[in-house]
Amino acid sequence: MAKIKGDIVINVERCKGCEVCLASCPTSVIGMAKEVNSKGYHFAIKVNDTCTGCMNCALVCPDGVITVYRAKVTAE
Amino acid sequence: MEEQFAKLDIRKDENIVYKRTPLLVDRPLSYCPGCGHGTVHRMLMETLEEMDIQDKTIGISPVGCSVLAYDFLNIDMLGAAHGRAPALATAIKRMWPDKFVFTYQGDGDLAAIGTAETIHACNRGENFVIIFINNGIYGMTGGQMAPTTLPGMRSSTSPYGRDEKTMGHPLRMTELVAQLPGTYFVTRQAVHTPNHVRRTKKALRKAFENQKLNVGISFIEVVSNCNSGWKMTPVNSNKWMEDNMFPYYPLGDIKVDGKIVEPKAVTAKAGE
Amino acid sequence: MGELRLMKGNEAVAEAAIRAGCDGYFGYPITPQSEIMEYLMVEKPHERTGMVVLQAESEVASINMLYGGAGTGKMVMTSSSSPGISLMQEGISYMAGAELPCLIVNVVRGGPGLGTIQPSQADYFQAVKGGGHGDYHMIVLAPASVQEMSDFVKLGFDLAFKYRTPVLILSDGAIGQMMEKVELFDPIPRRTNEEVIRQCPWAATGKPKERDHIIITSLDLDPAGQEKINLKLQAKYRQMKKDEVRFEMIQCEDAEYIFIAFGLSARICQKAMDIARAKNIKVGLFRPVTLFPFPAKAIAEISKKVKGMLVVEMNAGQMIEDVRLSLDSPQKVEHYGRFGGIIPAPDEVVSALEQQIIGG
Repeated sequence: MAKIKGDIVINVERCKGCEVCLASCPTSVIGMAKEVNSKGYHFAIKVNDTCTGCMNCALVCPDGVITVYRAKVTAE
Repeated sequence: MEEQFAKLDIRKDENIVYKRTPLLVDRPLSYCPGCGHGTVHRMLMETLEEMDIQDKTIGISPVGCSVLAYDFLNIDMLGAAHGRAPALATAIKRMWPDKFVFTYQGDGDLAAIGTAETIHACNRGENFVIIFINNGIYGMTGGQMAPTTLPGMRSSTSPYGRDEKTMGHPLRMTELVAQLPGTYFVTRQAVHTPNHVRRTKKALRKAFENQKLNVGISFIEVVSNCNSGWKMTPVNSNKWMEDNMFPYYPLGDIKVDGKIVEPKAVTAKAGE
Repeated sequence: MGELRLMKGNEAVAEAAIRAGCDGYFGYPITPQSEIMEYLMVEKPHERTGMVVLQAESEVASINMLYGGAGTGKMVMTSSSSPGISLMQEGISYMAGAELPCLIVNVVRGGPGLGTIQPSQADYFQAVKGGGHGDYHMIVLAPASVQEMSDFVKLGFDLAFKYRTPVLILSDGAIGQMMEKVELFDPIPRRTNEEVIRQCPWAATGKPKERDHIIITSLDLDPAGQEKINLKLQAKYRQMKKDEVRFEMIQCEDAEYIFIAFGLSARICQKAMDIARAKNIKVGLFRPVTLFPFPAKAIAEISKKVKGMLVVEMNAGQMIEDVRLSLDSPQKVEHYGRFGGIIPAPDEVVSALEQQIIGG
């Protein structure tokens, strides 16, 4: 059975840690890192693998740091 | 650590469904964390990319936080004096009628010092796009009161809250210009949620398509946040915006294809 | 020989603009120069050459329309009179900073404030010292006839594009309103958009794939960068001082005394010169044509050959400061001026010469 699988890549160096993406994610994929980037921001990170590739996080990200992948995969 | 959840099997170029448009210059934006400017910039550039008009577009940046917009938007641009962007755009569009021309302005720029230029460009029915970012405050200069600051709202020059008796009322420029026969499309949008972002982009597309018709001004207000000026976290500022800004500045189309959509009776005030 | 016409100075400016291939005129009505836009509106230059003419909502809007047009490489101009030019100073400063070419015509009236609608030269300081904020100058041309009102439009545009700078024609209400014979230059075709793009590679005309995007601005938040822009401007002004000084000397060969005057005052001095010479006073006239760059060297030279110099201006003494700065050694230099819209009579200029210079 085919199912939609998504993934995101966050450019953590450009992330300013505003957290706007967190609320937009329907599957709570995103959390905040304890570490900071070179600008001193706690950046957004993936905290689970439930991403559906809906693009919500990327759309609302003011700094445009999120790339979204989506593919149909056959269930294992 | 993040990589433990990476789905390496689908991280392939052909599976990319969303990435930052190359029409944004590859450099960090100068805006504060969570500021709506970056999202509007991205939607604007995506619109130009999808219409394939990068080489035909001339933009004008204002004075204010987005004074440096020209550093981020990979198109030819002019930086205007405070409030004068519609005057620049008027001359450019009249002498280059085949170009796509837009101004990008904040509330102080468009609704205070540039009121005359805004009203008269709209009234002449100039054929360009005005993008108006309204966050109810002067961000760049440090959080002073703007013409759109809400009643009772605190700013560095209304430290006890905006007193309408002495400081005037928040100016609804968008409703005002909708009354002018020279405007063709007037709408108010936001960019704090995915759906609002999509609607803003749709409005931008419509506005730029209108330029092909030579029918007058397309005016897009984006109600946005200023978490630094409002002294809130970005997420809280978006919530505050929904609760306080939207009642005074209701979202939606005000004028479409030259016709007023619904003369909304705007009575709600902040805090009510 | 070009076409001869009897025209007002203001009309000559307008006709010359169309013939010079101007792309856009943006202005706001003010006495005593409203004939410029009126003439343009009647002439329908959009049909003649494709030139855009627009009545703006204010002088502030006009000058910023110039900023927009010039930033895209177009040949643009405005005209106004003193109070309106004051309103434009912000925009002129921005254009100087962003290195944008344009032509501004100031048909000067008496001030300060709303002043009067009669002719004056009281805007000299504003014109030659910059006028707005920051370290900048414009090239300033001072016509003394209707003929020069026409000629300087073309010259002004040439210089504006050569140096990428605002150029100001400093006229006055009398030269704007007076009618004289003028020989019009043959029309120059307006540049095509392709020619504009080719000739102005610095202009924001839409970014093709093969070049970086162009940014027209006067802003550089980095002080080192801003100083660099300033140094570039100063180098440009030095170049102008070297190459663009223009002046006229009339009957200076045998002169013992010299009138120094520009524009309308120079015409009055010419008549005064005739009266004085009839009285055996050997007086010549030095007329600066460019007020910036100022003909400092030529004035220094001639000052050594004469006994005294009278600077005649329709103001309280403005150009005389530049005359004094030009001199290598102390010379007898006095000022005679009328202001507030009063035009001095040749007789009173001769009396001033006799009292302040010869007898003084």
